[in-house]
Amino acid sequence: MSDYDALRHFADSWGLVFMGITFLILTAWPFLPGSRDRNRAAAHMIFDEEHDDG
Amino acid sequence: MESLVMRSGAWLLAALLAFFALAFSADSGFAIHMGIIMLAALIALWATMSGADYGAIARGVLRMPDPGRYDDDPIRWGVIATVFWGLAGFLVGLLIALQLAYPVLNLGLEWTTFGRLRPLHTSAVIFAFGGNALICTSFYIVQRTCRARLAFPALARFVFWGYQLFIVLAATGYLLGITEGKEYAEPEWYVDLWLTVVWVSYLAVFVGTIVKRSEPHIYVANWFFLSFIVTVAMLHLVNGLSMPVSLLGSKSYAAFSGVQDALTQWWYGHNAVGFFLTAGFLAMMYYFVPKQAERPIYSYRLSIIHFWSLIFLYIWAGPHHLHYTALPDWAQTLGMVFSVMLWMPSWGGMINGLMTLNGAWDKIRTDPIIRMMVMALAFYGMSTFEGPMMSIKSVNSLSHYTDWTIGHVHSGALGWNGMITFAALYYLTPRLWNRQRLYSLRMVNWHFWLSTVGIVLYAASMWVAGIMQGLMWREYGADGYLVYSFAEVVAAMFPMYLIRAAGGVLYLGGALVMAYNIWMTIAGQLRSEQPMTETPYNEAADRPLVPAAAE
Repeated sequence: MSDYDALRHFADSWGLVFMGITFLILTAWPFLPGSRDRNRAAAHMIFDEEHDDG
Repeated sequence: MESLVMRSGAWLLAALLAFFALAFSADSGFAIHMGIIMLAALIALWATMSGADYGAIARGVLRMPDPGRYDDDPIRWGVIATVFWGLAGFLVGLLIALQLAYPVLNLGLEWTTFGRLRPLHTSAVIFAFGGNALICTSFYIVQRTCRARLAFPALARFVFWGYQLFIVLAATGYLLGITEGKEYAEPEWYVDLWLTVVWVSYLAVFVGTIVKRSEPHIYVANWFFLSFIVTVAMLHLVNGLSMPVSLLGSKSYAAFSGVQDALTQWWYGHNAVGFFLTAGFLAMMYYFVPKQAERPIYSYRLSIIHFWSLIFLYIWAGPHHLHYTALPDWAQTLGMVFSVMLWMPSWGGMINGLMTLNGAWDKIRTDPIIRMMVMALAFYGMSTFEGPMMSIKSVNSLSHYTDWTIGHVHSGALGWNGMITFAALYYLTPRLWNRQRLYSLRMVNWHFWLSTVGIVLYAASMWVAGIMQGLMWREYGADGYLVYSFAEVVAAMFPMYLIRAAGGVLYLGGALVMAYNIWMTIAGQLRSEQPMTETPYNEAADRPLVPAAAE
């Protein structure tokens, strides 16, 4: 099998599975329990009153 | 004093090396470029020697920057450079738009033909205007969100000046006919190497600042900036692989050939749009829109999903530039499918930005900077809908190679990148120069309307021109012959080219208004003008009801 075929078959089998699972884990991350407060704090960090950065 | 002598010596050595490269160069273009590098090294030598504080050195005092202040000098230079290169790029764009309508404007000189000025325009607006905006806003935002001064201050200054040298070498090279012929990656091998050095330094400054941050969380804008810097480095290295014909000549040949070269080129080209013009500018959006609206981002969770979806999908969309070519059919379909999927994260980001104004929509009426940001997000949404649509093969068979593509690119570039950059510049200037406010908010409003009408004229005329062009090209008569010759199609587009140029005049006019406004703000002037909102107040009616005394 040529390099082209080998890479092409890897891309639409294990490569695709690996990418898909990595993507799902990363996008599930902000839905973990307790992340609501962390997200809120992160969204507000640019407005910290004590460190007003103009 | 010793380090000063060492540094001056290094600049002198660089100038000498450039001089020898000039003397033994294989072609005149390379010689001119080495002359420019020699000049740059001599200017750096002069700045090093004349800028040193000899009194302090004599007293043995080391002048240290104030650790209690952010390192904003390179950002101030970046704001000025962004305005300057923006004006240059828009002006060349207007000139080449007029060249298409009036070929006499090619002036009969090889240096001023459309073919040489077009890459000058695209590189000036994308890499000089956009790139300077990205570098200066990323340095501003990373310091504020990490609550830390820039790591490696000397390297940050090298990034700014090194990038300007890259721009000058690239721009003069296009005029001289030095090009690799790759879309958005025209500079030749030695300029590519120089950009690699500058870009790795940029990465070092940015990551170094994140590493020494005093905030535990890395704000999402920095994620977008980091993905932009890392991906552009990767794209540039792979797409730039080439073999120079001579070490002292400007010509090189690409490492790839045929359809592999085409795919590498569009993998680079589309991700230059995806990571340079989208991820980097989204980083600006995620900081400046909440700050200007004085409200946190609508959904931080959505911003994280937006981030991962955008970078996972964008990198596969490039093959849609090669529909109906020698590229394998499955790769074309893959590019199309990923482009269509890309619509979702793009609109997620647009909604996140727009909904940040939820509950404060009145700011669109009262704050022209917010108005610009909203228009930028609206154009981000429009062009990221139009793009996936045009990547569908059946649509592409009509739109490809026509001016519809040009219209699409400009609704994204003028509408999204331009408007969000203008808004960021208006946000930054009074803060960086410690002014009470901008010279004039009313002039921001003029700029807004000039740009908006300019974009509408541009996009609308190119839709008409592109669709007409596509339909005329494919029109067959009853006898099976094409109905129109190529020249007839060109002639039919003349009125649309004039409308497009009129849009360019308005957009350039708006940018001139901005340049004047920013100039006067830096000069410390305040225009006496009516404020954007009045405080409705009627003193006579603002009284308690006094009960009348009983008779």
